[in-house]
Amino acid sequence: MAPASTSVVAQPWLRRCASQPLFWPLLTLVLLLLGNGVFNPGFLALHWRDGHLYGNLVDIGNRASPLILVSLGMTLVIAVRGLDISVGAVLALAATVAAWTLSQVQAGNAGSSLWPLALGIVAALVVAALCGLWNGLLVVKIGMQPIVATLILMVAGRGVAQLISSGQIITIYYAPYSFLGNGFLLGLPFPLYVVAAVFLGLHLLLRRSALGLFVGAIGHNPVAAKVAGVRAGAIILATYVFCGFSAGVAGVLVSANVNSADANNAGQLFELDAILAVSLGGTLLNGGRFSLAGSLIGAVILQTMTSTIYAVGWPPQLNLVVKAVLVFLVMLLQSAEFRGQVRAWLSRTGKQA
Amino acid sequence: MNAPSPVAVFAGIARDAGKLALWVPLCLFVAMAILGGVLYDGLLAPQVFANLLIDNAFLLIVAVGLTFVILAGGIDLSVGAVIALSTVLQAALIQRHGWHPLAAIGLVLILGTSLGACMGVLIQRFALQPFVVTLAGMFLARGVATLISVDSIGIDNPLMVAVANVRIPLPAGASLSMGALVALAAVAVGIVLGGFTKFGRAVYAIGGNPQSASLMGLPVASTVIRVYALSGFCSALAGVVYALYMLSGYSQHALGLELDAIAAVVIGGTLLTGGRGHVAGTLCGVLILGLIQTVIAFDGRLSSWWTRIAIGLLLLVFCLLQRLLVRRAPGQVEGG
Repeated sequence: MAPASTSVVAQPWLRRCASQPLFWPLLTLVLLLLGNGVFNPGFLALHWRDGHLYGNLVDIGNRASPLILVSLGMTLVIAVRGLDISVGAVLALAATVAAWTLSQVQAGNAGSSLWPLALGIVAALVVAALCGLWNGLLVVKIGMQPIVATLILMVAGRGVAQLISSGQIITIYYAPYSFLGNGFLLGLPFPLYVVAAVFLGLHLLLRRSALGLFVGAIGHNPVAAKVAGVRAGAIILATYVFCGFSAGVAGVLVSANVNSADANNAGQLFELDAILAVSLGGTLLNGGRFSLAGSLIGAVILQTMTSTIYAVGWPPQLNLVVKAVLVFLVMLLQSAEFRGQVRAWLSRTGKQA
Repeated sequence: MNAPSPVAVFAGIARDAGKLALWVPLCLFVAMAILGGVLYDGLLAPQVFANLLIDNAFLLIVAVGLTFVILAGGIDLSVGAVIALSTVLQAALIQRHGWHPLAAIGLVLILGTSLGACMGVLIQRFALQPFVVTLAGMFLARGVATLISVDSIGIDNPLMVAVANVRIPLPAGASLSMGALVALAAVAVGIVLGGFTKFGRAVYAIGGNPQSASLMGLPVASTVIRVYALSGFCSALAGVVYALYMLSGYSQHALGLELDAIAAVVIGGTLLTGGRGHVAGTLCGVLILGLIQTVIAFDGRLSSWWTRIAIGLLLLVFCLLQRLLVRRAPGQVEGG
């Protein structure tokens, strides 16, 4: 290599880093955590107590778990140019179904066997997946706009959930179910394992087979993908089913965490947080380019922000404003028109200087 | 630049296709009212229908603004949050800072309009998705509202209370509130604006196909921004009416109202893909939603969540009907 000044060498290296899709979300997360660590040294500390790992970092991961799950499903739907705004309602519905099933089964069976647990989980996940199937059928078979198709379930879903629960908050008295949301396994909170399992399974499915390629192709150009022989309809349908399923898993975790299911308030505004997490993670909202790891990081960023606002002692109401500003920033950075105008402005000022 | 004939033709086609969709909600409303009148005593009393307008005045105003946004092919999710912000801001200015109510209302209307215009600029200039931009606007408005006051602020300003208590007598012993009158005025202005002005024709054309609208020489950019500003204004106006209705300002007012408003617009026969629909249909949509709630209240045995399920089912039926309409009409470009 020819001798070159360090700045010239450093620039392409930096640029290559910055062009990595995960660079910006990771940088945001690291800066957030470091900022916290500097101003509040206890923030990053981890303790080992009673065989459990405690600390803000574990807590953030634990609390972010439901959002991560929903964001993973949302990522795939957005990747195929869709949108699912019913996830919050599906989450509430799944939580209610699980709690209702448990209460029904336990009424006749006071034992401590595990089969009510399995029944509750399976019932919740099946209902959630059916919700996803319903959304997918409306989009693929009827040809509705995704927002409209999922709006129907968003409006009606909580109504159905309240119908099941008779408008009550169902409380769950069943230790194994509570373990799902509050238990520890090998020192770490159980929800983290659920997230890891879903994430790894999805990652392998998409990257070890051609499915990931197909999803990207449909998002980039649905017509071209169809012409190339991709079964677009079936794949789009599958993404909606998975999105419903992941909202269902999140619903089980949320209801297990608080030992109750609130049909009216569980998962409120979840659809918005999930869309925000997905776009923070670098997935294009117009479909095509998507990143599962990015969405995971995006969801963790959101939770870190919430924890930061609590840790610093700012009013929690600030959370919404901060989120709004973040969405505006991320959108502008993703917009080709905006980047073009900034670039034009930069080169103009550069020439004048 | 003058291209009246193709514009008029385009708008005419759009309106003709919309007319069928206009009759469906109107007939549905009448049928529901008659059925309800047969099933429940006293449902057909004039005051019940006046109450539909009084209790849904803010929803009606918001839905009129939203109709234009949806006609232009966009969406505005911030409407409920802007209502909340307007009520909180008014209450805080009047109660805590001693502003004259008219000054506070003026400021609120200006703020709402500018917030809408800002979102319109972002959507138009940077080609951002309306869904996400207005979503951020919703976060922003609710966030600022909670920052102003976490608790509900009661309004006991004599002028506001007096205006809130005004009842305009109607024939047959019924009466309307000021808010309901404002809402009816908003509908009237909306009908004129949509059907008889250059702005309205441009909105229909843009919703039908932005490219051809631009090729026709229509001012696409400024129209889109104006549409969002109009929706922002309507939301702020609805906030003023809401504050009169509740006599309080609270950051959690009108939670989820955007869903009701979208449902009302869709049930009123406006296509969510844009380009087709009518403000008068939106009036029917709002009245249908109100009637569902009234019927459920009259019944007494049905719980409140049946409202949601009924609205969801209605939405489904209307969306399916719309798909049939779109499929039958040739030359309509699908999706966006």
